[in-house]
Amino acid sequence: MTQFLFYFLSFVAVSAGLMVITAKNPVHSVLYLIIAFFAIAGHYILLNAQFLAIVHIIVYAGAIMVLFLSVIMLLNLNKDNEPAKSNVLKLAAVVAAGLLLVTFSGTLKGTESIIASQPFDDQIGYVKALGKVLFNDFLLPFEVSALLLLSAIIGAVVLVKHDLK
Amino acid sequence: MENISAQITQVAPLEHYILLSAVLFSLGVLGVLLRRNVIIMFMSIELMLNACNLLLAAFSAFHSSAAGQIFVFFIMIVAAAEVAVGLAIIVMIYRNIHSIDINELSKLKW
Repeated sequence: MTQFLFYFLSFVAVSAGLMVITAKNPVHSVLYLIIAFFAIAGHYILLNAQFLAIVHIIVYAGAIMVLFLSVIMLLNLNKDNEPAKSNVLKLAAVVAAGLLLVTFSGTLKGTESIIASQPFDDQIGYVKALGKVLFNDFLLPFEVSALLLLSAIIGAVVLVKHDLK
Repeated sequence: MENISAQITQVAPLEHYILLSAVLFSLGVLGVLLRRNVIIMFMSIELMLNACNLLLAAFSAFHSSAAGQIFVFFIMIVAAAEVAVGLAIIVMIYRNIHSIDINELSKLKW
């Protein structure tokens, strides 16, 4: 059952990803990307990483994609007026991405010997365990990332402001 | 739940996770190379980030280590900051040249 779920979610993620880069309308691309994100959240749940699944849905589907959609609406881009690249460039892009995929597939060699470590800790994906690790071992990166978010907010406001007087 | 280690290996072997992440990452690269709309290129970058996140989470689960999941969390934070600044830059570009076609942005090309 879970195995079937894994392949189903993989199929959904890959086909939605394919639709993201082939859809003519940017709004459709955003909606397909949201489907892909939900499939990846399902993968997190299958990996016993509940905290990541929830944060993934809240941050990506809830915040980032809404930001994308609002920018598309703001710029009135919901029509397919994108000029296509020439066929030679398209062929070159497909060949380059395919070669990259072949290169990545080379890393598969030898991984069949990797199995889940024993003893397996099924608590690591829970909020309690992750919170303890985050606030003990990774406290400084956590605070720095708070500063990063603050500077991103200020940077975004400064960038889109018309006249900085 | 006592036999969850066997369950995890039963869900899918690690190489299937690697293959899935590789396919998603290549789709992201293909999107960046294929499209001329800046926003869709940006979405392809998000797809690549998610492929990396999925692989980190898979390795973390297979090694029973929480550090991988913490790193996924940090990557999400950086992605959120990147999207905020990047979309602000796109709005700025649109305001100046009234287009988000990447080929219009060739002033820095030599």
